[in-house]
Amino acid sequence: MYQYDEYDQKLVDERVAQFRDQTRRYLAGELPDDEYRMLRLRNGLYVQRFAPMLRVAIPYGLLASKQVRMLGHIARTYDKGYGHLTTRQNIQFNWPTLESVPDILADLATVQMHAIQTSGNCIRNFTSDHLAGVAADELVDPRPYCEIARQWATLHPEFNWLPRKFKIAISSSTTDRAATRVHDIGVHIVRNEAGELGYTMYVGGGLGRTPIIGVKLRDFLPEADLLSYCEAVLRVYNRLGRRDNIYKARIKILVKETGPAKFAELVEAEWAQIKDSYLKLTQADLDRVKRHFSQPTYDATAANDTTYAARIAANPAFAAWTRRNLKAHRVPGYSAVFASLKAKGVAPGDIDAAQLDAVADLADRYSFGEVRVTHTQNLVFADVQQKDLYPLWQALAGIGLATPNIGLLTDVICCPGLDFCSLSNASSIAVAEEIFERFESLDDQHDIGEMKLNMSGCMNGCGHHSVGHIGILGVDKKGEEWYQITLGGSSSNDASLGDRTGPSVSRADIADAVQNLIETYLAERHSEDESFLACYRRVGMAPFKTRLYASVEAEA
Amino acid sequence: MSTTLLRNLKVEADDYTLLADDAALPAAGKVIVSHARWHAERDALLASNLVVGIKIPNTVDIATVLPEIAERPLIALDFPAFPDGRAYSQARLLAERFAYKGELRATGKAVVRDQIGFMVRCGFTSFELRDGQDPAACLAAVHEFSVPYQQAADHVQPVFLRRRA
Repeated sequence: MYQYDEYDQKLVDERVAQFRDQTRRYLAGELPDDEYRMLRLRNGLYVQRFAPMLRVAIPYGLLASKQVRMLGHIARTYDKGYGHLTTRQNIQFNWPTLESVPDILADLATVQMHAIQTSGNCIRNFTSDHLAGVAADELVDPRPYCEIARQWATLHPEFNWLPRKFKIAISSSTTDRAATRVHDIGVHIVRNEAGELGYTMYVGGGLGRTPIIGVKLRDFLPEADLLSYCEAVLRVYNRLGRRDNIYKARIKILVKETGPAKFAELVEAEWAQIKDSYLKLTQADLDRVKRHFSQPTYDATAANDTTYAARIAANPAFAAWTRRNLKAHRVPGYSAVFASLKAKGVAPGDIDAAQLDAVADLADRYSFGEVRVTHTQNLVFADVQQKDLYPLWQALAGIGLATPNIGLLTDVICCPGLDFCSLSNASSIAVAEEIFERFESLDDQHDIGEMKLNMSGCMNGCGHHSVGHIGILGVDKKGEEWYQITLGGSSSNDASLGDRTGPSVSRADIADAVQNLIETYLAERHSEDESFLACYRRVGMAPFKTRLYASVEAEA
Repeated sequence: MSTTLLRNLKVEADDYTLLADDAALPAAGKVIVSHARWHAERDALLASNLVVGIKIPNTVDIATVLPEIAERPLIALDFPAFPDGRAYSQARLLAERFAYKGELRATGKAVVRDQIGFMVRCGFTSFELRDGQDPAACLAAVHEFSVPYQQAADHVQPVFLRRRA
């Protein structure tokens, strides 16, 4: 866990003071509405459908237990008792008053947290692999690189007023768990043939109304040059990105309109000017930050435990949970444990204050006092000993966080939708609940297997619908909620955008439509080993489309 | 209402006059002309007794126009809207890469206390405050953050260098 030093702490404290004064001036009528809006967004504060919403940064998804407790305190003190984990590893509070936000930010600062640049047209929170540091397929721990980049981006004097928001994700594993190809910059940490560390750089990916998979800008960038290269990309973007049309202002449009080859030339030319500047990382800088992420002290005897096998044999519910919600750990006798925030009757990603407190206690007891947020809106206890899996499961079950559905159909990625968001066209949470109820049992019956069902209430795409194996997009048609469906999207290494099935379906039919698609898959698949995505890629749209529209009402 | 000018972190009288493109040249004094006028009338302006500063649109590539502006005693960069941050990049290039030593002036709708700190960091040395700004508050805002993470044109020692010490 990165620990702030005096400089980091001073910056967040000064940021709180700055925002407190901006809010005071706004309330006193001294700061124009439109300007306060842009300033508050850069502090995570939206004004939503019913109330303000505050998005708190969780850099690369990593939380210490005392920070989790603080989030519980904020939920309890300033909100209606819960928060919502987002698809960019942050947390949102949906009910604070505007006047209380400076106090919330001051509380956050006491545990080394903030809401800086969690919205607005600036460099946003860096996201990464939720299994960083423990995954077996990892080259190096990406978190020190994320932290170095976070500091570079924080209050960057040149890039705080960009054409549009700018999101960067860093991954360092064979399997991309950070959806890097749908980010403005996607960084893959790699080793070249000479054995040197560096990065493959992707640029221009993004979801929203023009979803695009990022293009590779550079095969290998030396390890020391991460910041100078990002600065070069940002400088080209700040200069040339469109500002005449908000829908064409993301860097993906600039890359597309310029052409990837020409864009790469512009970046390389700028980079050549600054690559040997102060932005070059030194080994000492890297080592200093890496020391903050030192490995926990693992118990070498953890794998000797015999209770785990006995518990699995004796308890089918526990066994089912271990099959779905555990991921392999590089250290024998340890697992990474997913706490599912996709339970019946709960909006995907929502967590209440009591759960946050309990999660903090469990992190202290079983996982070195840390927990991670995933971009799929779940939590991970990354370092749990085998012998502790059973008591942890029991404790999680007791607080409703042990649904054995990680990676399955009911592990829906979902935006807040019409229930909270002022941009949204349609409900997403209610649809997610209906799908949950429908498939809770069907899942068991048919073993549908690996499935990403992603849902957004509008084309801004916060629910990542474009890269869902099944994607659902809420649209408004004459005041009614309708849903467009896409098939075959992926945000992993084989990143692809989903194909539209055809006309959208009504609110009343959306759950039936999903069921039709699942049944088509079950009928078409070679075997249980062929996933929905693989099956779709093999057989194509036709059988899905035929079945989908045979029984549901559709409107073009 | 005349514009308040901050220069070298204090309130100063503005000794420059912004000249419209169709205005006659005064006999003497300090003027700021548009980039277009400078381009069209450079010989006449250089032959005059005027001290000529130049105002550059934020869409101009600084590297391209550098040869014709580098010798000017004042370059004004514009923020045509509060959220339009292109001039930040122009300023850093002028101040850092091209070591421009003249007066680098910020003009336009973003020249307010909530952005002036970033402007100082990017190398601006004078500020035509937007109407209604309190100069004292703007000056105080320059030092709102005591230590930056990034090295920039203001030569304040950034955090990473302090940590190396």
